[in-house]
Amino acid sequence: MTAVLVIVAVCTLAAAAVAFALRPLVHSALCLVLAWAGVAAFYLWAGAEFLAFAQVLVYVGAISMVVLFAVLLTRRQSGEGDSRVAGAARRVAAGLAVAALVAGVLGRAVLAVPPASAPVAPPTLGVRQLGGELADGHAAALLAAGALLTVALIGAVVLAAGDAGRHGEDPP
Amino acid sequence: MLGTGIIQGLATTAKNFAGSFRDPRRFVTVQYPEEKAPVTENYRNFPFLVSDDARDPMGTLRCVACRICEKECPPQCIYIVPDVDERGKPRKHPRVFDLDISVCMSCQICVEVCPFDAIKMDQDFELAATDRFRGLLLDKHQLAKSNDYYRQIHPAEAAEVDARLAAEKRQAEEKARAAAAAKAAPPPPTA
Amino acid sequence: MTPALPAESWLERVPLTVRDLVTGLFPAPWRWLAGSVLAILAVVLGFGLLFTLLTLVERKALGRMQNRPGPNRTGPFGLLQPIADGIKLLVKEDIVPFAADRPLHFLAPVVLVAFTLLTFAVIPYGRHLLPVDLDAAVLFFFAAGAATELAVFMAGWSSHNKYSLLAAMRALAQLISYELPLLLAVVPEVMRAGSLSTAAIVAAQGRWTLGILPHWSVATPGGAAAFLIFMTAALAESNRSPFDLPEAESELIAGHLTEYSGFKYALFFLAEYLGMTALCAMAVTLFLGGWQAPCVFLQFVPSYVWFFLKLAALLALLIWIRGTLPRLRLDQLMRLSWKFLVPLALINLGTVAFWQLSAGWEPLPARAARWAVALLLVLGPFVALGQRLGAGVGPRRYRYAPA
Repeated sequence: MTAVLVIVAVCTLAAAAVAFALRPLVHSALCLVLAWAGVAAFYLWAGAEFLAFAQVLVYVGAISMVVLFAVLLTRRQSGEGDSRVAGAARRVAAGLAVAALVAGVLGRAVLAVPPASAPVAPPTLGVRQLGGELADGHAAALLAAGALLTVALIGAVVLAAGDAGRHGEDPP
Repeated sequence: MLGTGIIQGLATTAKNFAGSFRDPRRFVTVQYPEEKAPVTENYRNFPFLVSDDARDPMGTLRCVACRICEKECPPQCIYIVPDVDERGKPRKHPRVFDLDISVCMSCQICVEVCPFDAIKMDQDFELAATDRFRGLLLDKHQLAKSNDYYRQIHPAEAAEVDARLAAEKRQAEEKARAAAAAKAAPPPPTA
Repeated sequence: MTPALPAESWLERVPLTVRDLVTGLFPAPWRWLAGSVLAILAVVLGFGLLFTLLTLVERKALGRMQNRPGPNRTGPFGLLQPIADGIKLLVKEDIVPFAADRPLHFLAPVVLVAFTLLTFAVIPYGRHLLPVDLDAAVLFFFAAGAATELAVFMAGWSSHNKYSLLAAMRALAQLISYELPLLLAVVPEVMRAGSLSTAAIVAAQGRWTLGILPHWSVATPGGAAAFLIFMTAALAESNRSPFDLPEAESELIAGHLTEYSGFKYALFFLAEYLGMTALCAMAVTLFLGGWQAPCVFLQFVPSYVWFFLKLAALLALLIWIRGTLPRLRLDQLMRLSWKFLVPLALINLGTVAFWQLSAGWEPLPARAARWAVALLLVLGPFVALGQRLGAGVGPRRYRYAPA
């Protein structure tokens, strides 16, 4: 099973690396989507079915759309689809610094857990138990997240409607 | 209420679907070439030459090669060479009568100007040929069809033409008889 | 209500016997792989054959609805027409525009067909015919379906044609708008069965009142409303008339498929029909009781036969709708989704929650009251929202022309 983990990890990291090395922005976005799919494969390897499918549904299905629409709607011409900008050296240095910070935090968290002496079977958590845990123990967090998303949705609708209100709606 | 229009539409298409197996009004396709759609009498396609007797098409062609249709045809699709006998006197018969149906525009002017009712409009449309030039150039043998065929495809027109020709023939015979009688009878006394 | 005793006929086990025969030919460590490959082949070939038959049946049925025969020259009753279409598409020249993005242009139909085929893995075709039994099967189905939207974008963008790109954006807008009613219509079914597993959802519908009235979801008011919302959203998700704006020939030529010819176009076509079939199969599983028989005494007919009969009925319904309704304009489409289907689906959640909570109302007047309240909760918002949707529709009023 470690071989599978290595393959999934290499694919995910390679996709992420290629994503910020490619010039055309849309290609970078699609490689990023591949990296997200790799994360979903990792969840499957770890036995978290629900999370893997939710990752695909949300990230590959919806957030990729958001990213692509944002890329397409904010480029003035197709020639501007390049992700290399002037003054890149400073940005690369800043990026590396942030990456080192994140790697440090994650590494400390991982290394703080002593390795298991015997291979442990992944805990099987059924969807029903997952739902029970979310609704019982973490109901407050769930409701807060839901409220946040609703506010964001309403805000987006208001922003979009504010633009359209000036032209008036077409008859049905 | 929302949805009533959709239900009505679905009912209509269901009636069409079910009816298309039984009711001919709900199945309007004519399965060509097994069935052919009926043509009306006034339908015309390309011209043909009328011969009075089917047993001798070339001998009884009404056409006398007067070449009026050749001159009047707007796209000039008719080519006529009159037949002459040994001494150069024109026989009232075409030696060559070619009609190019890739050029003909079915305007019927040749029919309107022919003084002898020799060229009429045909209804045949299955004229596809494999050779663009030779195949679509019809000569007088291909163009000649009998008066019986003309009566079949244009009954009213043919009846009118036959009546007129018969009347003219009767008049001509009467005149000939009167002239013969006048010749045979003694001249009136001159005094 | 009689519980479902599995009254199995010997025909039920025939597919399993065949599978055991074939996998028995392989050595023991490889049997699971052979079994999986056999299941994959069965699904791909079976639904591929269904696809070819469906294209022919659709053309003939549409023809009959339009007072004409469909194709009837190629073979008796046009049965060889799909083969003729296949040959035509295969021998066409595969043209890729010069400035197009070749890898993406090639990958788009592949990704689309791959993810569409993935969705067939979690549908129970018969009592013992579920290819993959997942705990979160319904989520898997919709996750794979959501990933197909990426392929639509790739197709439109890689053609390097601003009309294709515009059409791809419009297609994506349609797909995203109708994901919401689709998923919201499924949530009540999950609530009713208490599980995301398709096998559990089908098993939960396996009861009969008096032996003849099946307890399918569609037989309850909330379930019927959810079924209608699901079917409407499924029509839009698979780009089917009346929501076929993205691929209609008069709309930006063929929309995001403009620059595709030959076999790649055939793959898009295949993916559309496969997607339609998959969504109908999921509708059968969620709402029409899957492979359950409608009456207790009809259980001698094998379960996969019932499944395919119900699937065929739904596909016929989709073809009937295609032959009847005109195409919706993009803004009409969006208005239908956001202002009609989404509120209706949200209210339906409440209706089904009420239905579940009132399951214990035993005496007859209480049951009648339960039905009455549920019907009111379903029909009331439908009529109200329908009137608001159709408000303002009428003869056009001109500003400057004399009345």
